[in-house]
Amino acid sequence: MVEISGNLLFIAFILYLIATLFFGGSIKAKKDINKKKETNSWGKIAVCLTIVGFISQLGYFITRWIAAGHAPVSNMFEFTTFFGMALVGAFIVIYFIYRSTLLGLFTMPVAILVIAYASMFPREITPLIPALQSYWLNIHVTTAAIGEAILAISFAAGLIYLVKAIDQTKSNKQTFWLETVMFSLVTVLGFVVITTVFSIVGYEEKFTWVDKHDQEAVMEYTMPAITGPNEGELLTKDGFKPLVEMPAYINAKKLNTVIWSFLGGLVLYGLIRLVIRKRISAALKPLVKNIKLDLVDEISYRSVLIGFPVFTLGALIFAMIWAQIAWSRFWGWDPKEVWALITWLFYAAFMHLRLSRGWHGEKSAWLAVIGFVIIMFNLVAVNLVIAGLHSYAGS
Amino acid sequence: MKDVKCECGHVNPHGTVLCEACGKVLDEQEANKSKLLDMRYEGSARRSQTYNKTVIDKIWNFFSSVKVGVWLIVITLIASILGTIFPQEMYINLPPEVYYEQEHGWVGKLYYQLGFHDLYSSWWYLLLIAMIGISLVICSLDRVVPLYKALKAQRVTRNEGFLKRQRLFSASSNISEHDIEKIKDHLKLKRYHIREENGDLLAEKGRFSRWGPYVNHVGLIIFLIGGMLRFIPGMYVYENLWVKEGETALIPETDGKYYLKNKEFILEHYDKEKDRTFEQAIDRAGDVVKNYQSNVVLYKEKGESLPGEKPDLQKIKEYKVKVNLPLKFEGYSVYQSSYRSELVAMTFSLVKKDSSQSFGDITIDLKNPKKEYNLGNGYSVKIINYFPDFEFDDNGEPITKSRVPNNPAFVFRMISPEKPEGETSFVAIQQTIEPPGENAYKMAFKGIDTQEVSGFTISKDSTLWVIILGGIIFMIGVIQGSYWNHRRIWVQRKNGQIWIAAHTNKNWYGLKRELEFVLADTKLTFPKDQLQGEHEEKEEA
Repeated sequence: MVEISGNLLFIAFILYLIATLFFGGSIKAKKDINKKKETNSWGKIAVCLTIVGFISQLGYFITRWIAAGHAPVSNMFEFTTFFGMALVGAFIVIYFIYRSTLLGLFTMPVAILVIAYASMFPREITPLIPALQSYWLNIHVTTAAIGEAILAISFAAGLIYLVKAIDQTKSNKQTFWLETVMFSLVTVLGFVVITTVFSIVGYEEKFTWVDKHDQEAVMEYTMPAITGPNEGELLTKDGFKPLVEMPAYINAKKLNTVIWSFLGGLVLYGLIRLVIRKRISAALKPLVKNIKLDLVDEISYRSVLIGFPVFTLGALIFAMIWAQIAWSRFWGWDPKEVWALITWLFYAAFMHLRLSRGWHGEKSAWLAVIGFVIIMFNLVAVNLVIAGLHSYAGS
Repeated sequence: MKDVKCECGHVNPHGTVLCEACGKVLDEQEANKSKLLDMRYEGSARRSQTYNKTVIDKIWNFFSSVKVGVWLIVITLIASILGTIFPQEMYINLPPEVYYEQEHGWVGKLYYQLGFHDLYSSWWYLLLIAMIGISLVICSLDRVVPLYKALKAQRVTRNEGFLKRQRLFSASSNISEHDIEKIKDHLKLKRYHIREENGDLLAEKGRFSRWGPYVNHVGLIIFLIGGMLRFIPGMYVYENLWVKEGETALIPETDGKYYLKNKEFILEHYDKEKDRTFEQAIDRAGDVVKNYQSNVVLYKEKGESLPGEKPDLQKIKEYKVKVNLPLKFEGYSVYQSSYRSELVAMTFSLVKKDSSQSFGDITIDLKNPKKEYNLGNGYSVKIINYFPDFEFDDNGEPITKSRVPNNPAFVFRMISPEKPEGETSFVAIQQTIEPPGENAYKMAFKGIDTQEVSGFTISKDSTLWVIILGGIIFMIGVIQGSYWNHRRIWVQRKNGQIWIAAHTNKNWYGLKRELEFVLADTKLTFPKDQLQGEHEEKEEA
């Protein structure tokens, strides 16, 4: 069952990749054929592939659920994969409202990156600790992820808006920040590539080191150590000697992974720039030529409107109900709780700015981008760095 | 301040921008502003936009501003981020003055000094939340009352300028009555409420979605009030209770009425032999706990007992308290929140060092150690000193931190036929100190007896109902405001033409698609999106 499940996920991943190519084709083909609203055959194939991929991933989800005996949303791999699936699902829904294949061209790569990122974490089925043994695990986590996924569609739409609206003939703050967003996406790819490469060659090195309680411990790196642990001593023969030693209260291993991902992202980004000879956002510009700005603006805002109640329900209300049952208080200022509140406050501010202060168009698109950054921070940094009661998601 | 009478005859309150009845622009400034009307709050007379003289006006205007509201949200948001950089005080198990510096260096020390270790109950954080609460009330009142009046007073026939300056507008000539009837049928199919006056038509739907924001604000205010109720004595009980296996304890804050007996504490781990699915994960991460459980009995006291008297207990129920399965009674909940193993006894063996021969075992009850343990044949062990929770003080003298046997240490005198006056030995866990001169005997550690102690949380939260009510109202409001739209379509006869104008509070794309349906198979010109017109002009320029 576990094997079938893994294969279904792999099939879904490949289908998403192919679908992205077809979405690209549908944009290219559009201008030649007609100006009618109807989706061309490239687009239709792309949407079909997306739906088949989604069904395949749903198959992964169900088979894994059967194998594990609980909804597969209980660790970093499972949750992030589910988030990717929810993103595709949210796109399919929004697609059938607005029929924009361009949105697919921007959403699918994000979903692919999210799933690829998820696969870098341990993939075994993990048992549930007592606090997680509740049907609220299924309800709370899935609803929160679906809410975040719908909000993420607003990011994709916002990105389209910015790519179209920002003048790429000069460089200024806008072009810089938009390119930073592109670079960040490339860095995620960098992390995936670097992790995969070192895992294929089976790189390993061990250190003994002294932690902040002056206890000696062993730390195992799966990438050459650029930043070594406090008073670390390399145990592995021919291992890479750390360039810098970190103080005990910094997690040298995690920092090392971040540095490698950044370097990987830098190399990839450099290569892309060498090939396309301009900013990524500038290279994407011809693709968005035919879309109307106020349509993408509306898609972006609409996704927030649809996603916000779902997010509130899943990430705050269901979360509070479960916290009351499992931890005896509905709110305890645990970092994950606080970041859910921060996300909620942010989108509340977003909607007030839009409704009352007329922040439409470009400003609104930037806000959608920042919202996604907050969601990603909550998913990645809070689980892996800040931790807290929700740290079991980290592993 | 005088009311304003519009040329249509309707009397509007002072400060009205668009006539409530016909939509004519009353405010001269607004008249010349831009091509399109600002339709927010229907151009109604909001207190905050009208009066600004007294202190009350100024306070009202401050809190009714969305700009202020958004700033409050943003500041709260940033403050909340600060509180997640390092763990808050309640999640650490060392004194804060030690913890932050030890774990996070000078940054941690600064964090503690700035008071961020207990940020969410700091006075300024609570003040921010309170201000958001006030802003919610005033913002909502400032808008909802005039908005309600304006929407109630609107008439079907509208002013020409109002119609022309709607975002969606068209004028068509030579339209047959047949087409008008068709539009009406289409509108009915789309579930519009249709009102007619002098051959003019107003189709409206989803007005209730306009109240969504105010409903959700009411929900939030109730929620915040619920949070405040916690400070009223008796509304909120939150206590820890440790009960040893086999013992019965009074449940705190129940007026001495309820008692809890801990029959047994159970700790289970996943077994990779049995749970094959988890084999790999257990190999990687080590043992994973499957269950924390206390089998308990709940008792209620029968009648009143005098202090010191043994209470007469009546069994209410037996229950298995697990994580996620609290025991509930009379508004109280008993949660399985932690456990510990307590040492109850230690066993040592008197051993001759050179021959490793044992001369008998002694088992020491750590709560109540005996002075002397006689092993027969002239062998005995005396306890000269006992430190239940041993550590060295600053002078290097052994002391005990508490009476709880967390880290027991003993000074033994070992008496044997060879050494009738005895040899002294200091024994702590994994540590033996002997006086100068070598001892012939030693106390060899043989084993421990432990007893499980369940940690319960007792909570009673009478504010929960208010919180739940607030949450439900908030969700209703937010769904009402997000998933429905307030749409209006005006079909009116002006200058022998048919004018169509349409407005929605959001989702213009949806409104246009609906108009396509409504105007299908008629000769009417499809309304032009005048905002898009403006955009395109800009883009081309």
